[in-house]
Parts: sequence; structure tokens; C-alpha cells
Amino acid sequence: MNGFAALYGGQVSRARAARVPLLFVATLQSLGILLLLRGVVDTTSDTTAQQVVAGSTVLVVAFVALNLLAQRFGALRASGALDHYATLPVSGAAVVLATAAAYATFTVPGAVLTAVVGALVYGLPLGHLWLLVLVLPLAGAGLAGLGASLGLLAPRPELATVLGQLGMSGVLFIGIIPAARLPEVLRAVRAVVPSTYAVDALALSFRTRWDTGLVIRDLGVCVAVAVAALAVASVAFRRAVRA
Amino acid sequence: MGGKATTVALPYRGRVTTALAPPRATAVALTGLTTHRGDVCVTDAVTFEIGTGEVFGLLGPNGAGKTTLVRQLVGVLRPDEGSVTLLGRDVTGNSRAASEHLAYLAQTEPALHELPVGLAVESVGRCRGLSKATAGAATTALLDELGLTELRSRPLCRLSGGERRLAELAAALVADRPLLVLDEPTAGLDVTARRRVWDALRTRRDRGVTVLLVTHNVLEAEQVLDRVAVLDRGRVIACDTPGRLKALVSDDVRLELVWRAEPPDHPLRSRALVDGRRWSLRLPAAEARDALADLTSGATLALLDDFTLATPTLEDVYVALGGRDNDLERG
Repeated sequence: MNGFAALYGGQVSRARAARVPLLFVATLQSLGILLLLRGVVDTTSDTTAQQVVAGSTVLVVAFVALNLLAQRFGALRASGALDHYATLPVSGAAVVLATAAAYATFTVPGAVLTAVVGALVYGLPLGHLWLLVLVLPLAGAGLAGLGASLGLLAPRPELATVLGQLGMSGVLFIGIIPAARLPEVLRAVRAVVPSTYAVDALALSFRTRWDTGLVIRDLGVCVAVAVAALAVASVAFRRAVRA
Repeated sequence: MGGKATTVALPYRGRVTTALAPPRATAVALTGLTTHRGDVCVTDAVTFEIGTGEVFGLLGPNGAGKTTLVRQLVGVLRPDEGSVTLLGRDVTGNSRAASEHLAYLAQTEPALHELPVGLAVESVGRCRGLSKATAGAATTALLDELGLTELRSRPLCRLSGGERRLAELAAALVADRPLLVLDEPTAGLDVTARRRVWDALRTRRDRGVTVLLVTHNVLEAEQVLDRVAVLDRGRVIACDTPGRLKALVSDDVRLELVWRAEPPDHPLRSRALVDGRRWSLRLPAAEARDALADLTSGATLALLDDFTLATPTLEDVYVALGGRDNDLERG
């Protein structure tokens, strides 16, 4: 835990220099999409509104965890910096999580702002928004594992950047567009995208009728996805070090 | 320093007395490390031991396989064959297990570059198990020891190359690991900073810390190392104390000639290693004396810009064993 805190502190210090553009881009991007979709989707459907707001909120996390982390780990691999972490008594998963957590620290305001503004704009209840406390770290861990794996496995840092951006576009497309409106094939893809269950869990928080069972089910899947994604990232980390 | 001595056949010009085993309890044992990259043999059956509290060097030119060997020693690379044992524990290809015993300074440490010096050192200390308070105190002491106190809050990327290298070394030294593996720690340092590093290493050796130092600097090898393995094209071509290795060529002296213009057609040319206007010769003492008398007594003297006679260095040992001249750094 001491090692994780130290890594987190170091990464926060490193990311602090970029916090303003990071906050700005992550927040404005999601708010912009939220407001844009206000004029496009059927706002009389509660389910659609819930998914749009939840998807936009998780997008803030995806921007950081997928896009920026893929870039960061691609750059670390290319510069040979992974040896430094590999020869410290900390696990690869701790390195991935600490880096993701450091970036995520600067996106919490953006995610909360997106959820609150979205709920107000789409007329959704805010009573269960506390669920963000669970959804954001779980979605962040799952997507961070995926983003770090992309960065660590990509043979070149440029490719890591492209893969991260493609991943974020996937989350954007599949996360925000209501499942019922997706073609059959994409509905199947949606079922295996790590962020789907975080979006679904958060969407449940905007319902007027709270369903504990469904929330627990979706959060359970989020936990499983996060554990699996971090395990994959750990393996990718070891593989990248030896490459 | 008297290690177990064995006579081994070398692939090149002769046979030398080689101490592969250390004089004290073994801290590190490399056994038959062999690695291929395509058709190239990067490390070739490398075997030696390092004793507890010993400052052991790996000397060799760029491309000799030093860094590959070191990365295998710290567990980030798994060799095709052979094993690495640290303090009695097999850590072959297991950096996590190795990290419990050692601190590693790579040739560059880009992971730390965006951090302030103090935070970089402190966070490494905490990763190695120190509490926040202890890591802070250890950082203060280290920065003081290496003359970096005034740079504590400055990011490494804003330091000069030498200052950055010292800060990276400070991060490697924090938390007192029993084994230090340092890949060219003095690269880019000025003389004062280099001596500070050497002092820091001697202090730790006196405390019983084992040091593996990678260098291609002959002076560093002669000043700091208790024993040295000379590496060439992935093979250990000699392993002993610097003194014993130099004794291999003690009957010879090095004659360096620098010509003012295009070198003349002189009989020594065929025996010299020629680098532009500089000729380097290793000759028996009497022959060198005669050659120098001949060069300085006639018209040839006017063509000479400079000449020196020097006792042999580890570079001469390296060349005598078949290494390529000018591969090593003399400064």
C-alpha cells in the first residue's frame, strides 16, 4: 500500500503540469456531446436520457483511462522506462492502477459535473448519484487495464495512441447510444465492452425506481471486468519489460 | 584481495589467471548465462560470482553485452540458458524476486524525469518499503551526500545531464539495498561529481553493500573496483583484480605518438594502432626506450606534435586479450 501511495504521489506530481488541459478537454468533450445529443435523441424516453447521461459521464473516465493511459504506457515502453518499475518491489497492476488513479484524480470534477449537468438538462433524478463513488473507480480500473494493455502491447507508441483513441471512440459510440438503437451486431459488441456495465449501473441511478439487485449485478460485472483487465495489464507489463 | 584462482583458456591470444570466484561469501552468482538474439550470441556462457561487500565491475566497449547481462541479473530479461542467484535465491527472469534484494540504476531513467528530485528519491524509497517520514529523512541525507540539496524541488528534466545522473543515482541508493547494480553511473559527470560517486560507493562497500558497476571507463575501473570482468562480444575474456590483470602486461609500456601532419612512413607504423594522426603502441620496455630515442634524435622529432610513455592500463589488458583498441574510454 505504501508503494502504491508513493507511485500515486509521483504520478499526481507528474500529471499536475497537464491538469488544466486535461480537466478542460475531458469535461468539455463530454458536456458538448451531452448537449449535442439533447437536440438529436428522443428526450421523452427516460431510458434514452439515462443512457446518454451515464454514457457521457463514463466517457470522461474513458478519455483518461483508455486514451491517455495507452499513450502513457506506449511512451514508457518506448523509452525503456519500464525497467525502473520492474525492478521496484511493486506489482505491474499497482503501477497501472496508480497511474490511472493519478490521472483520474483530475477528472473527478469533470465526471461529477457531467453527471449533474446531464441530470438537470435531461430532467433526471439526482437522488442516487452517490453511485458515482463506486462506478467511477470500477469503470476507471477496467478501462485503465485495457488502456495500459494497449499501450504496453502495441509495438510502437504511435500505434498505442491510435488504439487508445479507437478504444475511446468505441466507448463513446457504444456507451452513449441507447442499446435498443444499436444494430444486432453492435449489441453483441456492447456486451463485451468493459465500460458497458459501468454505464448501465450509472444509468440505473437515474431511475425513479431504485433496483438494488440490478445495481449489484452490474457493479459485480464491473468488479470482474476490472480484475480481469488489470490481470491482463499485469501480464502485458511483464511481457513489455522483457521485449 | 585473493580470490580462488584458476587458469582458463581464452579464445584469443593467450591464457590468463582468472579469479571467477570472490574472496568472501557469495552475494551474486551467474552461471552459464547464454542469450541469443537471432543468430547473434549476446551473452555467451557468462559465469562469475560476486562476494558480499565487493565492488565488482563489468568492463567492456559498447555492444559487448554488458547491459543485456545486467538486465538478466536484475531479472527483467530471462536468459536462454543459465541461472542468476542473489543471496542464495534463484531469481532468474524474476525481477520481482530480485527487487527485494537490489537497487538498479539503468543507463537512463526516463520514468523519473518529470518528477522533482526530492520526490523522485522519496517515492523510490517508499516503494522499497520505507515509511514516508523515513524516506524523507533518507532523501535529505542522500541529497546532501551527493551535493544535490539545492536541486531538491527541481524536476529532473530541467537539470543538466550530470546533475540528472546524480539524482538518478540518489534514487538507486535510497533504502540501503544489500546489492547495487549500477549501469554506467558516472556517464556524463564531471571530475568532481565522479569522485563524489566513487566516495559514495566506497562508503557503502565499507557497510557491506555489494556493488556491480558497469563501466567502459578504464580510470573508473582502476580506481574503484575490487575485481573486474572484462567483456567482449558477450564473453568474459578475463576476470580478476585490476592489479593482477595489469600484471599480465606489466613488462610492456604504452607509447603514444601524435604527429603534426600526415604521419611519415616509419617502421613502427605497421605495429601501431592508428587513429588519424595518433599512433598507439604497446612495446616491451627496452624496445620502447630505443624507439623513442630513435624518434627524438633525428629529423623525425620535428614531425612529432606530442609523445608519451605510460605504464599499462586495463585498456592494454583488454587489447592484449583481443579486444579492439579505442573501444574503451580513458578519461
